[in-house]
Amino acid sequence: MEKFATHTGVVAPLKRSAVDTDQIIPAVYLKRVTKTGFEDALFANWRQDPDFVLNQPAFSGASVLVAGPDFGTGSSREHAVWALRDYGFRVVLAPRFADIFRGNAGKQGLLAGVISESDRAAIWAAVDAAPGATMTVDLEARTASIGDLRVPFEIDDYTRWRLLEGLDDIGLTLRNEEAIAQFEARREAWRPRTLPVA
Amino acid sequence: MSIPTPPERPRTLAEKVWDDHLVVRGEDGQPDLIYIDLHLVHEVTSPQAFDGLRAEGRPLRRVDLTIATEDHNTPTLDIDKPIADLTSRTQIDTLRRNAQEFGVRLHSLGDAEQGIVHVVGPQLGLTMPGITVVCGDSHTSTHGAFGAMAFGIGTSEVEHVMATQTLPLKPFKTMAITVEGELKEGVTAKDIILAVIAKIGTNGGQGYVLEYRGSAIRSLSMEGRMTMCNMSIEAGARAGMVAPDEITFDYVQGRPHAPTGQDWDDAVAYWRTLPSDEGAVYDAEIFIDAAELEPFVTWGTNPGQGVSLSGTVPAPEDFADANEKAAAERALEYMDLEPGTPLKEIPVDAVFMGSCTNSRIEDLRAFASVVAGRTKAEGVRVMVVPGSARVRLEAEAEGLDRVFTEFGAEWRFAGCSMCLGMNPDQLAPGERCASTSNRNFEGRQGKGGRTHLVSPLVAAATAVLGRLASPSDLPAREKVEA
Ligand code: SF4
Repeated sequence: MEKFATHTGVVAPLKRSAVDTDQIIPAVYLKRVTKTGFEDALFANWRQDPDFVLNQPAFSGASVLVAGPDFGTGSSREHAVWALRDYGFRVVLAPRFADIFRGNAGKQGLLAGVISESDRAAIWAAVDAAPGATMTVDLEARTASIGDLRVPFEIDDYTRWRLLEGLDDIGLTLRNEEAIAQFEARREAWRPRTLPVA
Repeated sequence: MSIPTPPERPRTLAEKVWDDHLVVRGEDGQPDLIYIDLHLVHEVTSPQAFDGLRAEGRPLRRVDLTIATEDHNTPTLDIDKPIADLTSRTQIDTLRRNAQEFGVRLHSLGDAEQGIVHVVGPQLGLTMPGITVVCGDSHTSTHGAFGAMAFGIGTSEVEHVMATQTLPLKPFKTMAITVEGELKEGVTAKDIILAVIAKIGTNGGQGYVLEYRGSAIRSLSMEGRMTMCNMSIEAGARAGMVAPDEITFDYVQGRPHAPTGQDWDDAVAYWRTLPSDEGAVYDAEIFIDAAELEPFVTWGTNPGQGVSLSGTVPAPEDFADANEKAAAERALEYMDLEPGTPLKEIPVDAVFMGSCTNSRIEDLRAFASVVAGRTKAEGVRVMVVPGSARVRLEAEAEGLDRVFTEFGAEWRFAGCSMCLGMNPDQLAPGERCASTSNRNFEGRQGKGGRTHLVSPLVAAATAVLGRLASPSDLPAREKVEA
């Protein structure tokens, strides 16, 4: 996983609240068996509308998304994060995220930062005034700036540390191999087994 | 290394299960490392996880705690023929190859134990009290009905569990949802949970494990408890739980993977210690009077947009919150509904009886009890899809299949089917469906399709009249010849 320090890119406003994962990536795209190449699937239904924000030339190549509250609700599909990442997004800012989405984002190096409702409105206004403007996201300082506007965002310390270090989950956990083996040694016999015990 | 010891204070059910799965207690804001007892796998969220293991040269740590089934993409007709849809076939073939390569037990199409992953776990007796269950599917919360800690995970977590049999997690907050009193005739678990979601909102449960308590919950069957826990995720919660009791033990005992002999006695002795202690503190509490509940139905495009079936479609102005008002406006437009319309005057094109929320044998019996000896409304398409091949066999042994087909319904093979329309079972654009599933999002059951979430009883009555209805709206049945 790539280390994340600061990122500067075109910011796209997604002017909707409660964007659920069915909208981020419709179920039909979940049939693929690869881990990459989901850029075409992102917001696939909405992108059929020529006026949709990502179809506007000013926002081509956008890498920061600023959405309304409750982003990523609904199905736990991690493909939602892959689609955002494959399309080129490095950061999503919103006043509230669904838990599972936020967890998935951190693991894939996509920064999901929580901003206040008023900062959300201020960013949308700034983008309306200057479509195609870039935003600089500083993870160390937990701030996002566009023009003269600089807003704080929240991200928990652990996810921030992981993103800054570019650390992979499994490798981290396997550093506890001894504790896992000890736990397994004291598990009760009644606990379920999926295979017939030999 | 020291074994983490539980604290002395009174604890909730969720805290007890959590504490008993602590491999490493996280310090300085780090997550805890939690052991996973049971990992359920299906074809949609596993391919990339298996891919990841392969890429890193990692083995699957505990094949004996892992089980796979095919459900999301499987056809519910002509299951003996090759799957026509190429991508569906690819996902299923990929699961079959991966299961073989890594040695995972797989129940394939045509096998008696194939079916929706959340129906298969309980039916095999793998789901039991006091365990941790995960699956790359948000409705894993279903298994919490047994007093297990069960929650959905993303594909990278699927890979994590495959590689380590653990997950790094922060403890969930706890919310008690107490439902006291007696349910009115015709009010089911589905109605309770739809009312809960309408009350706390689709985000009201965020970060919480919901523990359903109270006399109305204790009186529910395991199927009813599973329906409630299943939809906990629609309130934004990570999981739902019900403390285990005699009803739970009776359900588990004798199933193929249930403990036996001394193991059974040890297990039950432990399970009896699980209910929340007197004086345990929840982070939030909600109370619901069971006697006030009525059959519930959704009118909008999220599961929180629901009202009593005897009510009317609300107007955007009814909502004080600006976001909710905007959401209502959008939902009404998508659903093509006028504020003020009585719900019972809304005609439907289709009825879907199935999904991991309501496709167990008891759900099928409830549906059958209403449609038996009746004929479906003209022009309405009625699909009955059992949750597993085993449920299908049980239903046929009881003659329910004949009740359904004589009614005019299609009796299908097991799978997720029209719950999410990944297979050919989809609504056409503009079609309106009364569905026993759990999600009414835009396009969930087919692009442009409109979904009203209902209980099996309401689904059945709706199939009879061709408009949203409850069994009490039906004219008396003509005497059926014995
Ligand atoms: S039945 Fe529906 S909700 Fe349940 S696992 Fe299948 S797709 Fe998901």
